[in-house]
Amino acid sequence: MFIRVNKERCSGCETCIASCPYDAIVIRDGKAEITEMCQMCRACLSVCPEGAIGEIGEASDVKEKEEGRGVWIFAEQRDGVVAPVSFELLGAGRKLADMLGTDLSAILFGASSSDAAELFRWGADRVYHCADDAVRGFADEVYAGLLSDLVRQYRPEIVLAGATPIGRSFLPRVAARLRTGLTADCTSLAIDVESKNLLQVRPAFGGNIMATILCPHTRPQMATVRPRVMKRGEYDASKKGEMVRVSAEGIQTRARVIETVKEVSEVAINLQEANIIISGGRGVGGEKGFNMLFELAGALEGACVGASRAAVDEGWIPYRHQVGQTGKTVSPKLYIACGISGAVQHLVGMQSSDIIVAINRNPEAPIFNVATYGIVADLFEVLPLLIRRIREVKGK
Amino acid sequence: MKIVVCVKQVPDTAEVRINPETNTLIRDGVPSIINPYDLHAIEAGVQIRERAGGSVTAVTMGPPQAETSLRDAISMGVDEGVLLTDRAFAGSDTWATAYTLARAVEHLGADIVLCGKQAIDGDTAQVGPEMAEFLGIPHVAYVRKIEEVGDKEILVQRLMDDGFDVVEASLPVLLTVVRELNTPRMPSLKGKMAAKKAVIRKLTLADIGADENSVGLKGSPTQVKNIFAPEAKKDRRMIEGTAEEKVEALLHALRELKCL
Repeated sequence: MFIRVNKERCSGCETCIASCPYDAIVIRDGKAEITEMCQMCRACLSVCPEGAIGEIGEASDVKEKEEGRGVWIFAEQRDGVVAPVSFELLGAGRKLADMLGTDLSAILFGASSSDAAELFRWGADRVYHCADDAVRGFADEVYAGLLSDLVRQYRPEIVLAGATPIGRSFLPRVAARLRTGLTADCTSLAIDVESKNLLQVRPAFGGNIMATILCPHTRPQMATVRPRVMKRGEYDASKKGEMVRVSAEGIQTRARVIETVKEVSEVAINLQEANIIISGGRGVGGEKGFNMLFELAGALEGACVGASRAAVDEGWIPYRHQVGQTGKTVSPKLYIACGISGAVQHLVGMQSSDIIVAINRNPEAPIFNVATYGIVADLFEVLPLLIRRIREVKGK
Repeated sequence: MKIVVCVKQVPDTAEVRINPETNTLIRDGVPSIINPYDLHAIEAGVQIRERAGGSVTAVTMGPPQAETSLRDAISMGVDEGVLLTDRAFAGSDTWATAYTLARAVEHLGADIVLCGKQAIDGDTAQVGPEMAEFLGIPHVAYVRKIEEVGDKEILVQRLMDDGFDVVEASLPVLLTVVRELNTPRMPSLKGKMAAKKAVIRKLTLADIGADENSVGLKGSPTQVKNIFAPEAKKDRRMIEGTAEEKVEALLHALRELKCL
């Protein structure tokens, strides 16, 4: 299939050019032309006032869909501790499996048998567990080799992994080897009722647009899923399932981990686990302003202080507090954005918070578009009052 | 040492905005740049050559105008630019892109292949590791430091969520690199002259011996179904009144939501 401009109809009005996220439309001899940059996103189809843009199918579009059954999630572990994203994947995978009327399997490389059994309680019907020494540490070629072998043997229709440094590094090798599609960093997953295809939604262009991606013909459909976006499912302490032992014997690697160094600051951990985050941006004005934020965090008990990139770049607060695309992704129950304008790069790191309160002097600030509660005000007027009143309320 | 750096020309996404009324991208005057992460890959390639000798070739896949990014790479010290361009490559997803680049790298030959960790337009971070699989070589993603480059092996630090791993890999190898790795140099005058004079080699589907069913839209397992603007929060409310009233209203709301 490809996108074509009907030159008879095209008036050369250029409306379509702005609609194209891939810069794939040029005007040549007064008519629009689709270039090889085209990604077939169809954004231009509906904007053409002349109805001159259409899609043309090809014989090769009618491919036979490959077979597959079952939803798989890759349960990642580091130092024997199963990563939180694994339980989120089980939550998301359970829903997909139920929609498809199929079962949910978890793949666990490393960790213990009791960790493997825990995956049943979070929703898995079956666990493929490899306890070999070779998979204790992360090795791309071993992980990719073993997962590819398992997929070839059992033929699942969907494989999900966390969009973590581990998932994003080895899953591409699996997709390449199995000649199937992989969608990166998904923030939402659903099943298309008619075709039963997996609808994979992900941000692109730094979060400026969202795209729905399909893998219509090949199986499995594979995706990495952004941590802290999907909700965990119900925990059922009595749930059991089928345990399948698998072995990585004979799989070689040419990249070996010599040493592992931990380098995580307390703040970074706390930020990602905090129920409440008070975050400051350029509007906070300096270190003194941040002291006020720390005071508010103190009044709220267990709250952490975050920051936008602008504030970090100004040197008002260390990088480890940074929330956003180049900092941490957080999703607390309550996120209070103080003097943060809301650049997309910041929004992608916090917009899945349950409740967002935005305080900003500029009523046009984009942060208000994602805020549950917006307050147009001077921080230095509102925050001291808020701190005082919270202390009074808590004191009672 | 033969080094190949893969680069991508991208729109400067920091400048891209959505028109909320028409739901389309506003890209008037949005400049095309080299993907910022790729600048670090270029710098790494040039540094390795400075120490170990050899050559650095920059490769990009794209339309004829992507040549600009290759000239920019040459101005930073890269020896040669290769443009992979063919109508057949149109509509490639990460699988087909990685396949095509891998065939080109095979054609050129490389001991070390360097890529930025991801491109800022797609943000997938998949093409590098997928290429390594197609090339049948090991890869290390998210490299933040290159400690040693030997004839047969390389020692690097890989950034992880909780710190870093020191990884030893045999050559040939593919690395994807993060910003912490280095500070890309500014083009020198000599570099700019070289960039101006350079003859950019063009390779097509036939030149790299790629399978036509594995490139472009035909070779892409994934399809973009549609694109849309990110949703605005549905139940958002602006709190009005005096400073005192605003604070009271906020406190009330937070208590209702059991946030306090």
